[in-house]
Amino acid sequence: MKLNKILKNAFLITFACLALSACATQKKTTGQMQGDVYTGTDTVEYLASGVPDRVFFATNESVLTTASRETLRKQAAWLRKNSEITIVLEGHADERGTREYNLALGERRANAAKDYLMTYGISSDRISVLSYGKERPVDSGSNPLAWSKNRRSVTVKAN
Amino acid sequence: MIPTTALALIEVDITRGNLNPLPIAVSPLSIDEDSKKKFKSILKKENIGSEISLIVEKNLKTSGLFNPLNKDAFLQAPDIANLKPRFEDWNLIKAQALVTGKVKFQNDKLRVEFRLWDVLAGKEMMALAFTTVPSNWRRVGHIITDKVYERLTGEKGYFDTRIIYVAEEGPKTRRIKKLAIMDQDGANNKFLTLGNELVLTPRFNPTSQMVTYLSYFRNLPRVYLLDIETGMQEVVGDFPGMTFAPRFSPDGKKIIMSFAKDGNSEIYTMDLENRIVEKITNHPSIDTSPSYSPDGKYICFNSDRSGYQQIYIMKSDGTNVKRISFGKGLYGTPVWSPRGDLIAFTKLHKGKFYIGVMRIDGSGERLLTENFYQEAPSWSPNGRVLIFYRETKTNDKGEGFSAKLWSIDLTGYNERLVTTTTDASDPSWSSLLSN
Repeated sequence: MKLNKILKNAFLITFACLALSACATQKKTTGQMQGDVYTGTDTVEYLASGVPDRVFFATNESVLTTASRETLRKQAAWLRKNSEITIVLEGHADERGTREYNLALGERRANAAKDYLMTYGISSDRISVLSYGKERPVDSGSNPLAWSKNRRSVTVKAN
Repeated sequence: MIPTTALALIEVDITRGNLNPLPIAVSPLSIDEDSKKKFKSILKKENIGSEISLIVEKNLKTSGLFNPLNKDAFLQAPDIANLKPRFEDWNLIKAQALVTGKVKFQNDKLRVEFRLWDVLAGKEMMALAFTTVPSNWRRVGHIITDKVYERLTGEKGYFDTRIIYVAEEGPKTRRIKKLAIMDQDGANNKFLTLGNELVLTPRFNPTSQMVTYLSYFRNLPRVYLLDIETGMQEVVGDFPGMTFAPRFSPDGKKIIMSFAKDGNSEIYTMDLENRIVEKITNHPSIDTSPSYSPDGKYICFNSDRSGYQQIYIMKSDGTNVKRISFGKGLYGTPVWSPRGDLIAFTKLHKGKFYIGVMRIDGSGERLLTENFYQEAPSWSPNGRVLIFYRETKTNDKGEGFSAKLWSIDLTGYNERLVTTTTDASDPSWSSLLSN
């Protein structure tokens, strides 16, 4: 009887754990990623109040998402107001690709951001591009969420 | 593949796996007391004859084609075995081949002679002698192995060679990387840069001890040239942006690489003598990881012009571009075999990474090894073995990362960890240093 009760409790605990972990996983995938593009703010820093420093990309892609374009428009506005500032766009890839291809992909991503800033009036003289490929992840995890944070172009003040 | 001497009874079939490695006895090289003392004072080794034979033994074992027998079972003393082996004794311990030899201190040099015997036929297969400076003693072991390997397999060896690679340390997010070089067996490891800047993808010149690699010196990723002997370095070409993915042409006179500009990577060459730069590809996609065929007439490379990473070949002037990879998944890092008939590659399919080979027309794809992450195969100079690097999966806290070098036989057998003092990636195999 007593054993039965213990077993029952054990089962309850197991079920509770399962429910919790299911919640956690769900939050991870739907809360911080859209498709496989990172939408969270964990790693984001700010160039100025309300001006995020980075945009994120889908696997193997360099297309700017709606959210990325919004971020870059904020950056362009900030750069227009602060015309003495020059920037480096640092392009990155996740660890799930060959090193050399990722160097090229990082360069392509940073240039996608550069092109967009230029269409909003920022002179190419103020922008340089630096690809790190997969060499400088922000999140060292080997999971889809970590990889989504690492596929990015980061705008860094150069002066 | 057929040994040149018709009388020889033993030969090793290297076209198959290592299912039946050839039993071979490597007798310690005999040495006289006087030479033993001299070498001990110079090299701090108790018995240089035994040490050299251990190198031969380890090399042969690592190849996967030979099974060096336990020395405790040897019945004949090294000096007598070298004069005239008693074949019944060696037959008794199931040795099919026997290596004997003698090492001597002579005019401040190390003189070695060695013999390879066919135990079953009771015949000498090869006898060679050479002289070198004592500090080269490890290379003596490698050269003996190369000769034995060549005599028994009919193909050149790959033991008197070096590996250049990137030594890694520190957390994944702030990894410190240095160029490093070591003998093929991991000995004589040496760092060539200090780790102040990020360095990637070193590759040997097939005709000299020059290396080309990517360095982020002053945060400008550029292809560099390094002379290992003198330590002299220089930037390759004057490009207004990132150059990367360098390799030498087979004659060592050109560097082929990618140059990235405005989101587009193209392949260029630079002639090292007259500094003339030529643009080879012209396409608004990523074109990178170029590698020449051994005759220099063709180039294989990586491009995403079809939408995703695939392998292409073209003539060395950039014409006749043809896609050759058509299997499921993405393909990268093509590298042409020194024998000319195969291209090794990295493949990504359904979240797994593979090292594989295919014929130069893309047919006959064979995947040699599967893992969470691995890439960048580099061929041994005889085209029998591939060295590559493999990274481990981290846990959700980002812990447990490591990067190591591995080698695998072209047959897909004999996968081995290549021991390095630190974590390691981006290996490149040198040509044979001797012969």
